[in-house]
Amino acid sequence: MHVVYPAVLAALLFAIGVYGVLARRNAILVLMSVELMLNAVNLNLVAFDVWLADRLGSGQILGLFVIVIAAAEVGLGLAIVLQVFRNRATIAVDSLDELAEDKQ
Amino acid sequence: MTAAEIVFVLLGVVALASGVLVVTTRQIVRAALYLVVSFGAIAACFLVLTAELVAWVQVLIYVGAVVVLLLFGIMLTRAPIGPSSDLDSRNKPAAVTVAVAAAGVLVTVVVSGFGDAYFEVGESRAGSASVIGSGIFRYWVLPFEVLSVLLLAALVGAIVLSRTDIGPPKDGDG
Repeated sequence: MHVVYPAVLAALLFAIGVYGVLARRNAILVLMSVELMLNAVNLNLVAFDVWLADRLGSGQILGLFVIVIAAAEVGLGLAIVLQVFRNRATIAVDSLDELAEDKQ
Repeated sequence: MTAAEIVFVLLGVVALASGVLVVTTRQIVRAALYLVVSFGAIAACFLVLTAELVAWVQVLIYVGAVVVLLLFGIMLTRAPIGPSSDLDSRNKPAAVTVAVAAAGVLVTVVVSGFGDAYFEVGESRAGSASVIGSGIFRYWVLPFEVLSVLLLAALVGAIVLSRTDIGPPKDGDG
């Protein structure tokens, strides 16, 4: 298999995730887009590990570590989102601008 | 184009299409369900790349745990079940620009850098559970242990954040 296929797929998935993070208002949808970006990175790690036939298996093991860290990140992120919802009754990220310099 | 490449491209199309639906759909619950399709297609891509263990861990943790957590979050924030029109913010054109630019740069760099790199997918056992497991416990023990501490810290942090009966520390409390 050519390395280009997984690499291009990962690049496009990462771009989709970037779009989601920038364009979505709902904090949970932003978290979902972050997951898409992490998956793109994982695809790269696995593809290049298989291509280089690494003896230590670095790519695939780092991919497993990324999955674990993503799980921890989602747990903490959702706890923060729920806390924000409890305090302000909204999770629209562009209405949480108390710390912004020029408040609209 | 080999058979593995054809299967990979088809799975990639599924993953990309459901990924686009995740970031464009107007129904928030459907976004989570499209995310399942996308993660499943990526797990199948891992299988095509002979990374068995990563594929099954992806199914277990992403499709099994992360999406369920996200659905819980959607329920607990009282998201509307039907279509809602306020899921996209005002900076959508800027987001499209940035995403297209990122995709263009990344694809150009990747194609020019790895245009002729090729590997055989076949009888490789490098991704099986036994090889990856012995790799983790032979060469990656320290990162593995650090990761378990990180998971514990995240668990404690999530519990502290979501409990309501513990407020900010009082004076002299620490």
